[in-house]
Amino acid sequence: MHSLLFYLFSFLAVAGGILLVAFRNPVSSALSMVLSFVGLAGLFIGLNAYFVGIVQILVYAGAIMVLFIFIIMLLDLNSEEKVKFRSSTVVLGIVIPLCLIFQILGVIQSQDTKKFQPITEETLTAAAESFPEDSAIHKSLAHEKTPQLPDTNLIGRHIFTHYNFPLQVMGALLLVATIGVVVLSKRTAKTRPTNS
Amino acid sequence: MASLNEFLFVSGLLFAVGLAGVIVRRNIIVIFMSLELMLAAASLTLVAFSRYHVTDNGLPDYNGQVFVFFIITVAAAEVAVGLAIIVALYRARQTINVEDLNSMRG
Repeated sequence: MHSLLFYLFSFLAVAGGILLVAFRNPVSSALSMVLSFVGLAGLFIGLNAYFVGIVQILVYAGAIMVLFIFIIMLLDLNSEEKVKFRSSTVVLGIVIPLCLIFQILGVIQSQDTKKFQPITEETLTAAAESFPEDSAIHKSLAHEKTPQLPDTNLIGRHIFTHYNFPLQVMGALLLVATIGVVVLSKRTAKTRPTNS
Repeated sequence: MASLNEFLFVSGLLFAVGLAGVIVRRNIIVIFMSLELMLAAASLTLVAFSRYHVTDNGLPDYNGQVFVFFIITVAAAEVAVGLAIIVALYRARQTINVEDLNSMRG
C-alpha cells in the first residue's frame, strides 16, 4: 500500500471518528460514522484484505448505518441535544483516551518494526505449491498471465476447515438475536396501551 | 510503505476516539455508535497483524481475517438487539439521555 493512501485513509477514519463524537445532531454523527468506516475499509483493502474491506462497507456502512438512521428517525431525535456537556466528563473523556494513546505509544516504541513483505507475482506462484492442483485457489494463484490473490477463497477455506464449529455457533447466535429482537419489540407493543 | 506500528497507532487512535465518545456523550445512540467504532478499531489491529505475519507459503495469515469476519457478524447481531432495546427503553421512558435513565425499575 502506498504511504500517501495510507495517510489519506487513516486521516479519513480518524476524522470521521472525531466528527462522530463532536457533532450534536445524531444524524450527522451517523453519517460521519460512515465516513470513518469507509476510511477503515480503504485501509483494509490496502492491507490486501479485500474481502474484509468489502464486507466492512456492506455491513457497517450499509446495513448498520441504515439501521441507526432508521431508529433515529423512528424516535424523532433530529433535534439538537439541549444539554451541555458537563466539564468533569469532558475532562475525563480527554484524559483517559490520552492515557491510552500514550500507553500504546510506549508499547510501540519498545517494539521493533516488522518488515512489510509485498505480495508479488512470484510469491503468488510460489504459494500455489501448497494447495491441491485442481483447486480454485491453485488456479488463480498460478494463473499464467495474471496471478491473483484469491482472498475470499482462502478465507472460506479457513472458515470451513479450521473454524467450522465457530461458524455453526455464529449461525445459532444470529438466530437467537433475530428471535430476541422480535420478542423485544413485541412485548413493548403489548404493554404500550396499558402505559398510556 | 506504512509499517505495522503505524497501523497499530491509527487503530489505537480510533479506539481512543471511540472511548472518548462513550465517556463524553449523553445520547445513548451516539454512545452505541462510538462502541461500534471501538469494535472496528480492534478489527483494524487484527487485519494489520494478519497481513504482517506472513506464513510459510508466503501468503498472509488468514486466521486474523476470519476473526474479523466473526467480529463483524457479532457486531451486526449486537446492533440489532441493542437498537431494539433502545426503542423499548424510549417507549417506556420517553428519553434516551443516559443521565435521565438512572433507575432499573421497569
